[in-house]
Amino acid sequence: MIRSSPYILQKTTLQQIMLKVIYALIPGILVYIYFFGWAIISNLLLAIGVALITESIALLLRKRPLKPYLSDGSAILTSILLTLAIPSIAPWWMIVIGVSFSILIAKHVYGGLGYNPFNPAMVGYIILLVSFPLEMTHWVTPINMIEHTDKLLLNITQTLQYQFFNLLPTHTNIDAITMATPLDELKTALNSSAKTVSEIKDEGMVYGYIGGIAWEWLNIAYLIGGLWLIQQRIISWHIPIGFLSALFLMALFFGTDIDQSASPLFHLFSGATMLGAFFIATDPITAATTPKGRIIFGAGIGILVYIIRTWGGYPDGVAFAVLLMNMLVPLLDYYTQPKVFGHDSSPKE
Amino acid sequence: MHTMWSGGLKLKGYKTISNQQKSITAPIPNTLIIPLQQHIGQLTHPVVQVGDKVKKGQCIAQSKHFISAAVHASSSGTVTAIENHPVAHPSQLATPCIIIKTDGKEEWITHHGTSNYQQLSRAELRDRIGKAGIVGLGGAVFPTQVKLTPPSDTRITTLILNGAECEPYITCDDRLMREQASEILQGMAIIAYILKVPHVIIGIEDNKPQAYQTLQHALSQTALFPQLNVEIIQVPTIYPAGGEKQLIYTLTGKKIPSYELPAQQGIVCHNVATCFSVYEAIVKGIPLISRLVTVTGQKQGFNVRTLIGTPIQDLLDYVAYHPTIKHTLIMGGPMMGTALSNTRIPIVKASNCILLQDTPPFEQTMPCIRCAQCSHVCPVNLLPQQLYWYARSKEFDKIQDIHLFDCIECGCCSYVCPSHIPLVHYYRYAKTEIWNKEKQKQKADLARTRHEFHLFRLEREKKEKAERHKKKKTTLNKTKTDAIQAALQRTKAKKQPTNNSDKNTMQNDPNPTDSHSQVSTPDKDKSLL
Repeated sequence: MIRSSPYILQKTTLQQIMLKVIYALIPGILVYIYFFGWAIISNLLLAIGVALITESIALLLRKRPLKPYLSDGSAILTSILLTLAIPSIAPWWMIVIGVSFSILIAKHVYGGLGYNPFNPAMVGYIILLVSFPLEMTHWVTPINMIEHTDKLLLNITQTLQYQFFNLLPTHTNIDAITMATPLDELKTALNSSAKTVSEIKDEGMVYGYIGGIAWEWLNIAYLIGGLWLIQQRIISWHIPIGFLSALFLMALFFGTDIDQSASPLFHLFSGATMLGAFFIATDPITAATTPKGRIIFGAGIGILVYIIRTWGGYPDGVAFAVLLMNMLVPLLDYYTQPKVFGHDSSPKE
Repeated sequence: MHTMWSGGLKLKGYKTISNQQKSITAPIPNTLIIPLQQHIGQLTHPVVQVGDKVKKGQCIAQSKHFISAAVHASSSGTVTAIENHPVAHPSQLATPCIIIKTDGKEEWITHHGTSNYQQLSRAELRDRIGKAGIVGLGGAVFPTQVKLTPPSDTRITTLILNGAECEPYITCDDRLMREQASEILQGMAIIAYILKVPHVIIGIEDNKPQAYQTLQHALSQTALFPQLNVEIIQVPTIYPAGGEKQLIYTLTGKKIPSYELPAQQGIVCHNVATCFSVYEAIVKGIPLISRLVTVTGQKQGFNVRTLIGTPIQDLLDYVAYHPTIKHTLIMGGPMMGTALSNTRIPIVKASNCILLQDTPPFEQTMPCIRCAQCSHVCPVNLLPQQLYWYARSKEFDKIQDIHLFDCIECGCCSYVCPSHIPLVHYYRYAKTEIWNKEKQKQKADLARTRHEFHLFRLEREKKEKAERHKKKKTTLNKTKTDAIQAALQRTKAKKQPTNNSDKNTMQNDPNPTDSHSQVSTPDKDKSLL
């Protein structure tokens, strides 16, 4: 077969891109393990297994070749992102439901890799959030909080027993091992107007050094991984910068009453901010593709995250914000086309 | 010093494979295969016949059209056939060629040139360049004399010489600049004289420092006409720096608007090799019958002065290149060249490089993930990922809205695509489909107009028939009535024999045939007939 030009190609493949994104998550995963325990590893293995099985089923049903699509790494990445977004002790069936929904419905029903309009990991997350709202709040107490509270720390066997057999040690209930996330705690406290921000700070249960206690380290780790991705040219800066600066500015603008609102830095270093900005919103398939469109896409997410966190019904809003902005992508791409060379000078006459 | 366009690629050059040694000259092949169409424009017609003896430099095909370029015998011999022969074309198309069996005598046709070109009129110089069959040797092969005849209302202020040679592997312009710097400058001066330009900029990529220095040196040594201001500028080695509009922007900061020619902005761009050919044609009287070809891709590469029409096989044999099934043979560079399936294809005026490459392993094409690496490197600032989407779904209106026809097919997008999608191939496909549709539309329009005229004619004939019928009828009726009237009159006259006026009555009969005029035909059908 005679091919057409060019005859030299860069060696980068999809698989390498997906792998680099997974590598960039490693610092975040390590911090996650430190604060929330080893359960994340078994979750990740389970999620990857489910992802590969459901991806294979979808490919077989759609009569697509297995090898290139299974090895592209996209299904694995989706399952990792979903797993990192849900509590570490989520029972096994939640992971199975979430991941298979992501792969089968959000990805393959729409045509598979490259054709899905909505971020598959976030669709899976939302399905779990609206179906099992209680389980989605079961974040275990971070390790650095154990000594300041009466909370218990489960060992790895106990965790696995809970996840797979719904068994807790005797005389223990789920509340004894979990606690609300800083965003959740702050929101509840502020909404009930029980305390001011400075009072909450003094209690030392919500605020860490710059953001949410424990979660700030997770965010820093994701930030580091994300910066590496930008340096490697796997993602462009447009979406994270749009997201983070919009969130920062919203928090600055609407947070003038510092006793009743979270600071811009708290927003940046709490919840899923950095994971969302560098790993979730930057999914190229479902994000805007033009440079200007990407800035607006990111900024839209940042604004929506602030709105949901501050005035909405959920403590965090990255998933909803990403899916809402996914809907706008065709419009953004259409209206933000860059000026083509030779079309930007003002026309004569 | 220079402005930079966005996008582009830093590619590995592979230039040293072929640019380290002096150029060599290929021997005369046994057979020359000289295509009639080696340029953009009208096809030439042979002016020799099978069996004719031809001399070196003799014109063997030409065209009356202005946008065309004459074709010459590259060596002396006998015309053995005028037939279709495969040439370098993406679909391996065969086009009409003149086949010459060479006699090895290199018998020249009488030719003469002059170094006092300023004695000649500009029209005469253009004519000589046209008759020498000179075309743009950078790859576009546009007839040079056309570019030297700007519309009367435009004034050319800057002449740009393109010595960028931005594609990897190719070094023929590099070697030419090093070996024939003074000739290039003289050719440049002739072009500057014809266009009456005061200012020349020579653009060379900064990976060719020797060429730059040689030209600088030659510039200080060569006596050009004094009012000519020549600048030599090194431009960054970013592919495609040698794209015409990219180079103009780099050197002058002017963006040539889409669908406009550089001439409309007062700029004309010529390749350095074209300047050399102009020098040869005017000063020595030698038409374009040979060119420098880079043969490269293996351990040792060469620059070979090759006669136009030399089969590639002869050239490969000369440099001991042996293509196998594991190789890809490319005419042109690796980014924009054409893969060849046949080594009997001839070297033509456009052939700057013959690249024998090890075929890279097959890469599985994956779906587009809209990563935008392609739009990041596009030198024209297009959105290749969107163009691809529309080309795939055959939405040819939308693809033109996002400026498909501004694509210069440089291949940067395909090069970086992590899904290994042959993007440029899709754009070529879309362009061809749109052109075909337009042709079909024109045909359909013509057919529709014809059909409409056919209906109109039928209607007209029907009308005319009806008119004729009516006319006949009226005439007939009138004659009838008249006869009756006459009869009545006669009876009356018989009844009144004393009345003498009956003769007068007969004479006063009106002539009924005058009352009808011819049916007029509208102007429209005259023009269509």
